[in-house]
Amino acid sequence: METEAASAGVFDVAVVGAGPAGLAAAVHAGDCGLSVVLIDAGQQPGGQFWRHRDEKVHGAGTQRPGGAKRISGAGGIPGYAGPAEAAAAAEGAGHHDWKTFAGLRSRLYAHEAAGRVSYLRGTQLWLVEPPASDGTRVLQLSPVLDAPASGSADEAAVAPAPASVRADRLVLCAGGYDRQLPAPGWDLPGVMAAGGVQALLKGSGAVPGGTGVVGGTGPFLLPVAAGLAGAGVKVAAVCEANSPTGWLRNLRGAVRAPEKVPEGVEYAAVLARHRIPYRIRSAVTEIHGTDRVEAATISRLAPDGSVVPGSGRRVPCDFVALGWGFTPLLELVLAVGAATSLDVDGSLVAVVDNRLNSSVPGVSVAGESTGIGGAAMAVVEGELAALCAGDALGTGSPELDLRIARLQRERARLHAFAVAMHKANPVPARWTEWLTPETIVCRCEEASYGDLCAAHRDLGADDARSLKSYARPGMGWCQGRVCGFATASIAAVLAGRGPTAEDLAAMSKRTLAAPVSLGRLAALADAGGAATHGAAAEGP
Amino acid sequence: MPELEMSLDGVPLPARPGQSVGAALAAAGVASWRTTRDGRPRGLFCGIGICFDCLITADGVPNQRACLTPVHEGMVLETGEGERDGN
Repeated sequence: METEAASAGVFDVAVVGAGPAGLAAAVHAGDCGLSVVLIDAGQQPGGQFWRHRDEKVHGAGTQRPGGAKRISGAGGIPGYAGPAEAAAAAEGAGHHDWKTFAGLRSRLYAHEAAGRVSYLRGTQLWLVEPPASDGTRVLQLSPVLDAPASGSADEAAVAPAPASVRADRLVLCAGGYDRQLPAPGWDLPGVMAAGGVQALLKGSGAVPGGTGVVGGTGPFLLPVAAGLAGAGVKVAAVCEANSPTGWLRNLRGAVRAPEKVPEGVEYAAVLARHRIPYRIRSAVTEIHGTDRVEAATISRLAPDGSVVPGSGRRVPCDFVALGWGFTPLLELVLAVGAATSLDVDGSLVAVVDNRLNSSVPGVSVAGESTGIGGAAMAVVEGELAALCAGDALGTGSPELDLRIARLQRERARLHAFAVAMHKANPVPARWTEWLTPETIVCRCEEASYGDLCAAHRDLGADDARSLKSYARPGMGWCQGRVCGFATASIAAVLAGRGPTAEDLAAMSKRTLAAPVSLGRLAALADAGGAATHGAAAEGP
Repeated sequence: MPELEMSLDGVPLPARPGQSVGAALAAAGVASWRTTRDGRPRGLFCGIGICFDCLITADGVPNQRACLTPVHEGMVLETGEGERDGN
């Protein structure tokens, strides 16, 4: 994995994340002739949106660096091991825009084979050190898995990632994950994030149970329900808190992205074919069971977002998939000290200019971290960030300027569509009314809604930061990634005001971007590193 | 596809090559493999490495995210109880 750039010590660009944005950024930065290091937690490219079966077992539908196509003799299943095109079609089944991914992936592998992109799989970035005098930054890395699977046939094929890399520019493409609203019983086994259910299906061909309820808001619930039905699961109901006709009110945004319409029609057809009840203005307001999910209560929501009293109906099921839109992963953006703001969907997002530069020189941001916008917009942003990075590093040309202008227009078009969808799919304004004092808010620290209310009532906590200090939400292993939005919302409701970027930032800052061993911290301290004064070492 | 075999607390657990540990457990109908300090059972939640709910001891290494850890033949899985400290 040693490249010319790596041996020289400094990469032109470090791209963090190999989902739609990061993949596009790395490929286009490589095309510009820049030396690139691509750092990704996944074992293969695609991120969450293009999560797919293990390429080592099922094939990648393309040539990998190092020669033979990696379809293992033991693992090939009939239908996957045929001609390359058939294999590619099977691999992309159930995916939207798989061709875009397959194209980017083969270009990435070609760049990797040619030494233009150093692709560090299964690697997490846990600390961004402050820039050196020449503007370059050291990125501290660690493997995602502490115990590499022994007995894996091609273990030797993957060289271990270095403990750190140095780069001139950063392109942060960390992506996002399902936003969650707590409900009584949501900590029971069998309750999963909608995206997690999708990941099980796409990544492993597994389902979490036999009968499920899918709930939350937004168009993403549809492919999840369709995927489950296609896998033979009974979907007892899809609960959409809003009314899908809501987006008609924002027709201007929707018609500017006509390619999205057939997608929605296709999912609606799947729901109809499987006779899946699609319940609008309704929500999963309680989940029942002792050791695992046994039923879910579905309640009607009034136009003001409150639960209609007495409307609850108990539906037997053995799993529940919940998704309330998405939350951008923002810890690296906050760690480097870049400015953030509150987006139209209530998410904390990075502030960027029309070249995707953050407020910090040398750091650009692309994909969901600039505002939840979906994969197509992330691909556009990834390319835009890469071309602007190339321009900044001296690869500019009139053709490049034209391409950048075209990408900026495309981004504006897709952004208008995203804004329309966000406005049509808000979190119910009065969702906290379905909480009980016993409802767990922070799954890690098991801090309950009652604990948060007591911290407000007895200790005067009236923002997320003080709720976190007194009642400990966001202090556990996930560092507030899951309960951050909910805690910020609860803080606002308790204080009788609207949500703020400050509340969200208080729940999104992480001392370290990923849990690391004490040994790694000690090694950094021994080396006179930045453990105590690094950019990411800002206390919560 | 040929299955491979792992064990969960000594009990045989089948899996398919390329699956995650979490997927193999879900496919076998196992919904939880850890309890919290307050004694509540936990299994998969986010499914993508964000939430750390699905921690499991794999091949003797504690606190591994089941949703991210790939399966392999002969893998030894152990359920855990109580504290998750020791990272």
